[in-house]
Amino acid sequence: MSVPDRTPVIAGIGLSDYPKAPDLDAVQHHALALQRALDDSGVPKREIDGYVSAGGGGLMIDDAVTMAEYLGIDHRWVDGTMTGGSSFEFHVQHAAAAIRQGYCDTVLITYGSDQLSRMGRTLGTGGFAREGQRVPGPIQFEVPYGNSLVGAYAMVARRHMHEFGTASEQLAEIAVGVREHARLNPNAMYRDPISVDDVVNSRMIADPLHKLDCCVISDGGGAVILTTAERARDLRQPPVYVLGAAGAQTHWNISECPDFTTSGAVASGAEAFAQAGVTPDDIDTIQFYDSFTITALVLLEGLGFCKQGEGGPFVAEGHLRRGGRLPLNTDGGGLSSCHPGMRGIFLLIEAARQLRGHAGDAQVPDCSLALACGSGGWLSCIGTVILGKEAPE
Amino acid sequence: MTEWQRPLPRPDNVTGPYWEAAARGELLIQRCPACGHRQFYPRALCTACGADPEWERASGRGTVHTFTVIRQNYAKPFRDELPYVVAMIELAEGPMMMSNVTDCAADDVHVGMPVEAHFVTADDGIGVPFFRPL
Repeated sequence: MSVPDRTPVIAGIGLSDYPKAPDLDAVQHHALALQRALDDSGVPKREIDGYVSAGGGGLMIDDAVTMAEYLGIDHRWVDGTMTGGSSFEFHVQHAAAAIRQGYCDTVLITYGSDQLSRMGRTLGTGGFAREGQRVPGPIQFEVPYGNSLVGAYAMVARRHMHEFGTASEQLAEIAVGVREHARLNPNAMYRDPISVDDVVNSRMIADPLHKLDCCVISDGGGAVILTTAERARDLRQPPVYVLGAAGAQTHWNISECPDFTTSGAVASGAEAFAQAGVTPDDIDTIQFYDSFTITALVLLEGLGFCKQGEGGPFVAEGHLRRGGRLPLNTDGGGLSSCHPGMRGIFLLIEAARQLRGHAGDAQVPDCSLALACGSGGWLSCIGTVILGKEAPE
Repeated sequence: MTEWQRPLPRPDNVTGPYWEAAARGELLIQRCPACGHRQFYPRALCTACGADPEWERASGRGTVHTFTVIRQNYAKPFRDELPYVVAMIELAEGPMMMSNVTDCAADDVHVGMPVEAHFVTADDGIGVPFFRPL
């Protein structure tokens, strides 16, 4: 008697419209992404019996129970984990376990945000509280000082520069390489080539981060359908196997960050690599949460693609560029293509596209292992997912 | 900062003594009588061992652990105060806290710079600690 193969796989992916979709609200982004993931996978909608939404997509309420109702998902397993932009990597960790355990067979993860069309570009530098507002909770110890989201990451970059001599020109290499990939994506928000000089000469937003060290603000949404390897045999797409998925939190608010040069990528990466039985040398492409150039650098070091402190020189050697040995953000990333506030789901979708061999001009040759790493908050909650083209042994 | 226009804390029974002390010109941190762990921000429990922490007066001296110069912020009143320095201050007693470095040019601030606390009264019973070069 053969036991059904409950190895979790990504069987469907869908993107809503981006980078600007003024006619869609956040909930409609969820819905459009789901429709496209259903078309992509061939999964009948009624088969979905697990659902995840982190919410947080804009002015609309789009938490898991609201969205399950709106989308018409009668789930028997639900998760609303919200760790910021890395939520979706944590969702894969949870969904993979639920599928293995048999709590459900087919899990839908959706995200949608109308950030750009409804709230403009104030996310990074709009402040965390209004003039004269009285703020409770832990951020009462931050709001009197006028920090910004960019400022939080800028303090990470400053400390990294102080300890390791990392240079603005090295960080700029990350933005330049991601822009090369954006040129291949007709939907990317910015597609004109940029140089290191362009990045370091762009306006300073919060020292040492320049405008071109920062991600774009867009609209957008995504959907991912996971199911068992057994079920995926009869579906439309080649399965993408979840080989490892792990998460770690070191703080939430930036003022509680215990070490400004590292992150939960160290712990979540080690765990995900151990689960997958592979090493950083085996990975063919990386899809990172590039909210800022420094974010990608800290994740790169934490995951062990280079030693801590050596990220600057490593990046300057060109490994992350198109044609390099570890292409980063082959869809144009948050730095050039799409960042509606929480980018984590797009990392999974692009990794799956690469492993299927469906990435078009941006296809990484012989791509069999991809790593997605999401950063939530202010390098606070890091989720690492390793995906593969072949079934685990 | 003649008249306080920035966002303010909403103190509760745990955090209130911190803000009240700052209004008197004192910087408080917490120390755990059970395990000796010092922490900031003030909480209802020791993050190391879970016991009830006690207040401890800090020296107010520290160094800049890291910082940024905020050059863009759309929010009032900060947009009228650009540029200004947001920093993490490593207190002499160990814990780190966020603040602004004042009373010097933004370009003069550097990692490792020795600083000392000074206090601005924002409202009745609410003082806000800032830091300036020592």
